[in-house]
Amino acid sequence: MTSPEPTLYRSPLKDFLRRFLRHRLIILGSIIILSLAVIALFGSKLAPYDPVAMNFAERFATPSLRHPFGTDEFGRDVFSRVLYGAAVSFKVAFIAVAISGTAGVFLGAVAGFFGRWLDEVIMRFMDILFAFPAVLLAITVMAILGRGVGNAMIAIAIVYAPIFARVTRGAVISVRGLEYVTAARALGQQDGFIIWRHVLPNAIGPIIVQTSLSLAFAILAEAALSFFGLGTQPPDPSWGRMLAEGRGFLQQAPWMGIFPGLAIMMSVMGFNFLGDGLRDLLDPRLKQVLSANR
Amino acid sequence: MSSRYLLQRLGSLLLVLFGVSILTFAIIPLIPGSPARVRLGVQATDETVAAVEKQLGLDRPLTTQYVDWLQGIVFRGDFGRSLINDKPISAEIARRLPATLVLAVAALLVGLLIALPAGIASALRPGGKLDLGVSVLSQIGVSIPDFWMGILLILVFAENLQWLPSSGFTSLNEDPADWLRHLILPAVTAGIISGSIMTRFTRSALLEVLHRDYVRTARAKGLTERVVVVKHVLRNAAISIATIIGLQLATLFSAVVVVEIIFSWPGLGSLALQSTLQRDYPVLQAAVLMSAMAFAVINLLTDLSYVLLDPSIDYA
Repeated sequence: MTSPEPTLYRSPLKDFLRRFLRHRLIILGSIIILSLAVIALFGSKLAPYDPVAMNFAERFATPSLRHPFGTDEFGRDVFSRVLYGAAVSFKVAFIAVAISGTAGVFLGAVAGFFGRWLDEVIMRFMDILFAFPAVLLAITVMAILGRGVGNAMIAIAIVYAPIFARVTRGAVISVRGLEYVTAARALGQQDGFIIWRHVLPNAIGPIIVQTSLSLAFAILAEAALSFFGLGTQPPDPSWGRMLAEGRGFLQQAPWMGIFPGLAIMMSVMGFNFLGDGLRDLLDPRLKQVLSANR
Repeated sequence: MSSRYLLQRLGSLLLVLFGVSILTFAIIPLIPGSPARVRLGVQATDETVAAVEKQLGLDRPLTTQYVDWLQGIVFRGDFGRSLINDKPISAEIARRLPATLVLAVAALLVGLLIALPAGIASALRPGGKLDLGVSVLSQIGVSIPDFWMGILLILVFAENLQWLPSSGFTSLNEDPADWLRHLILPAVTAGIISGSIMTRFTRSALLEVLHRDYVRTARAKGLTERVVVVKHVLRNAAISIATIIGLQLATLFSAVVVVEIIFSWPGLGSLALQSTLQRDYPVLQAAVLMSAMAFAVINLLTDLSYVLLDPSIDYA
């Protein structure tokens, strides 16, 4: 069956995909993230050594073919630990952003769609959470919940939920007064159905952009919390923990700190590229400004 | 600026701070286990713990405790005492808040020293080699974890070259030169990230102005490029750049938390982490409350400065 493309009509999805594939920042970001995702999924099979196996005969080995990233104070292979650490970082970041996004989008959609007192109550509460410096809020939540990876996810989710709420609320407000929403209402559809079926799909652009940027923040936040000793607990390999451990041996074995840091930076950069690129693509106003400048 | 707008903003600031105080107060009741046990240690009997709880007033209803706590802070600047060393917390806060502010402002200055030249240079030749280099560097600067950069700077400038101290603090009154030496690495660590963000804003603020009609007019009437840039472009871009500076100061107030911890800088952020690790919860409450207050006030001042700087914004 052949379906020749109509000359006048171009499917928005195909159009979007075409632009997506032409955007250099997005391509670069996607490549970085996909390779890191592969490492996160299959790192345990790719790693040449057991990440927690100690080998005192080879403590502080400099990077070589045997140990590409060197070894640490217990003779553990830093390369293997960095590969395993990817899984920890990505898991924490994705779960934290999933929780944060779900809660934030729900609250923002409800606030934006219904307005009035519900909007006031929800958004004032978000303002209060916003009033805490981000890292301090995360530390405080960890103080209440206790140390550990699971609690780090909750802490990160709480810190970033208000941003999702604001972004979603703004997008929902911009479409809720449009005619097709009024039409859906006139047809007697339920509010929840209208939000899910008609409002959110048209407000999804900013939420997608925010998701990508939040993943970058979440990777950083997980690393920071683990670096402080509040997140991932030893002996599990996590990039933040490895940095903290490497810090004590800067002179002797700088590779202990350099490679996990590079890994964090690459992941953050990947999500930032993707987020910035998507914002270019999805925000028509911004695109106009950009093409006017060209 | 209309006074109604000002009152409205102050009102919402107070409302937010009220909420902040409730959440901050809630830290202790939410934490499993009694603060009295932190003070006494794990070996204490239940009777002594109960006695100390009574002495600390923890047996009273939560609302009474909250009102007392807030009144002490608002009217007497009294945050209570540390569970670990029994010293008044307010003295510690008075020492640490200025240190955090100094670091944030110093980092902002470093950031501006990077952002203004880099942003202006890349905006004047968009798409050029310099522009490309600056955008790659600022992309790296935005993505680099601050604690990692702090470690790398310590490795290079403190341990290998031994030019600067790796951590700590000297008071300005004691020895200004040493104070500055301790300030440089933390300020540069926080400043590079903030500078990378501000570089992007400076670039786009300038690019926007460069395409305005009055710039074309200025060029058309034969002004030299120098005069066009300095008198027409920079002046008009200054407003949007100034607003970014305020926003960055607020962001830095949060970002320096990590930097303080790396460099053992005695600010509110390192106090918060230290008190969390020692389970000294009243100190954590005080550090968090003061940071949130300062953060909220900086945000408000930034918003108000928009209105003062840009006559075209009018929140009547």
